[in-house]
Amino acid sequence: MSNTITAPALDIARIRADFPLLEGEMRGKPLVFLDSAASSQKPQQVLDALNYYYRHQNANVHRGVYELSQQATDAFELGRERARHFLNAGSTEEVILVKGCTDGINLVASSFGRKFLREGDEVIISAMEHHSNIVPWQLACEYSGAILKVIPINDRGELIMEEYKKLLNERTKIVSIVHVSNALGTINPVKEIIDLAHERDIPVLLDGAQATPHLKVDVQALDVDFYAFSGHKVFGPTGIGVLYGKKKWLEAMPPYQGGGEMIATVSFEKTTYNELPFKFEAGTPDISGAVGLGVALEYIEQIGQDNISAHENQLLEAATKQLLEIDGLRIIGTAENKASVISFLIEGTHPYDLGTILDKLGIAVRTGHHCTQPLMDRFEIPGTVRASFAVYNTMEDVDKLVAGVKRAANMLR
Amino acid sequence: MTINEIQDEIIEEFSFFDDWMDKYEYLISLGKDLPLIDEQYKDEQHLIKGCQSRVWLHAEQAAGQVAFTADSDAIITKGIIGLLVRVLSEQKPEDVAKAELHFVDKIGLHEHLSPTRSNGLRSMVKQMKLYGLAMAAQNDQSNG
Repeated sequence: MSNTITAPALDIARIRADFPLLEGEMRGKPLVFLDSAASSQKPQQVLDALNYYYRHQNANVHRGVYELSQQATDAFELGRERARHFLNAGSTEEVILVKGCTDGINLVASSFGRKFLREGDEVIISAMEHHSNIVPWQLACEYSGAILKVIPINDRGELIMEEYKKLLNERTKIVSIVHVSNALGTINPVKEIIDLAHERDIPVLLDGAQATPHLKVDVQALDVDFYAFSGHKVFGPTGIGVLYGKKKWLEAMPPYQGGGEMIATVSFEKTTYNELPFKFEAGTPDISGAVGLGVALEYIEQIGQDNISAHENQLLEAATKQLLEIDGLRIIGTAENKASVISFLIEGTHPYDLGTILDKLGIAVRTGHHCTQPLMDRFEIPGTVRASFAVYNTMEDVDKLVAGVKRAANMLR
Repeated sequence: MTINEIQDEIIEEFSFFDDWMDKYEYLISLGKDLPLIDEQYKDEQHLIKGCQSRVWLHAEQAAGQVAFTADSDAIITKGIIGLLVRVLSEQKPEDVAKAELHFVDKIGLHEHLSPTRSNGLRSMVKQMKLYGLAMAAQNDQSNG
């Protein structure tokens, strides 16, 4: 066992008790869940909210004149208001409820792309993007004739800001960057990225899928134009996410999908669109998802994002230190500013093999390319083993991971 | 030996392992020992790309039998490949094409061949059977 101390501010045992799944087993062993960067577990409060919604409030939203529909609408809109509060957005008009972070990015790439991208224009992304922030822009470029430009990274897994500055020019129409890298853990200097783009009136989208579980995000302080994140990574349900967009952009952009909810009037000659945020929410939304997301975000705010970060950083530091003591272990992503994600490789072993043995020991980690193939190519590796920590993880989890990795390495080498 | 006789032999071998540790240590040793494929065939043309690990497969026919060689960059995958090659190689093409690989379930390695695992193994088995089918059809034609 390690002799590191746990965060004094948080009662982790009590927090952990909120997550029923963590009491379970995997492969007949107590579960050590270290894959929260892929999807977090859900607290009882969220499960109760979903159950309550379907038992007592379920009806379609924004439609019915009857009381139940009004209750469902109120519950749904409370989810939106909590998302607004979580991001410190100025108005709920700027908070679009989507399927997830990927859906949010696709919405912008598709709608903004249709309106503003022309042949020869440029879109800037980075070398550490998730496929979700690459492929939507490739599609938009394909349709418009625009060109994708990529900010390179250094060997530590940090953006080379000098290269970013060189890429910005009068042809640049949008910059779309990950806030925190899912594969490396790098926290990007997003304020600087935004300010540099704004000097040229270029809007910036941030992929916040990995940042929102770990960092306090304030879209007004950042002055960011678009911010997308997923509910299921912040202790909420799957199938719900948030796209924040500045009103001036959302008003200028055409609808993404057509259907119910997003219209004002429909005739066969001409349809007019609903006001924000409904203009971008075609069809019956994920009502229970929004309810659950709201409760999840409130749960985070009650614990305090700063407290969460402090605890996770302790786990990250301890895990980094102990893992590096293992012979031949190399950490991929050694940025100065990191969130609680550790990607690593052990010389002479394949990530798939390590992950398979860890699974047998009851330890859930992610292996593979983490949907960042260009990034893996940049480091000339087939993939990594990735352990990621959430607020419910403990020093005991770290110790078990380290012991498990040692055991797996001994078997494989 | 027929395909099913070899499968039964493997099931018998694995029945001696008390726990997963022993089983995986055996798989790993298989993966380490076997030189499975000629280096010249480890190219794009022979590559079956999985999300998790990569697999190379080569097939040729001699004396009415199909001979497989294969490899992987992951050692557990390679160990399982060793077993699959042992079962399906040097068999008649038509037998390969219609082979039912029940041993994988019986020795508890089913998860490695599940469609969601994406390690290349499932595609490799499919490819092996396609080779069997193609060679059997070719033989039919030249005989007829």
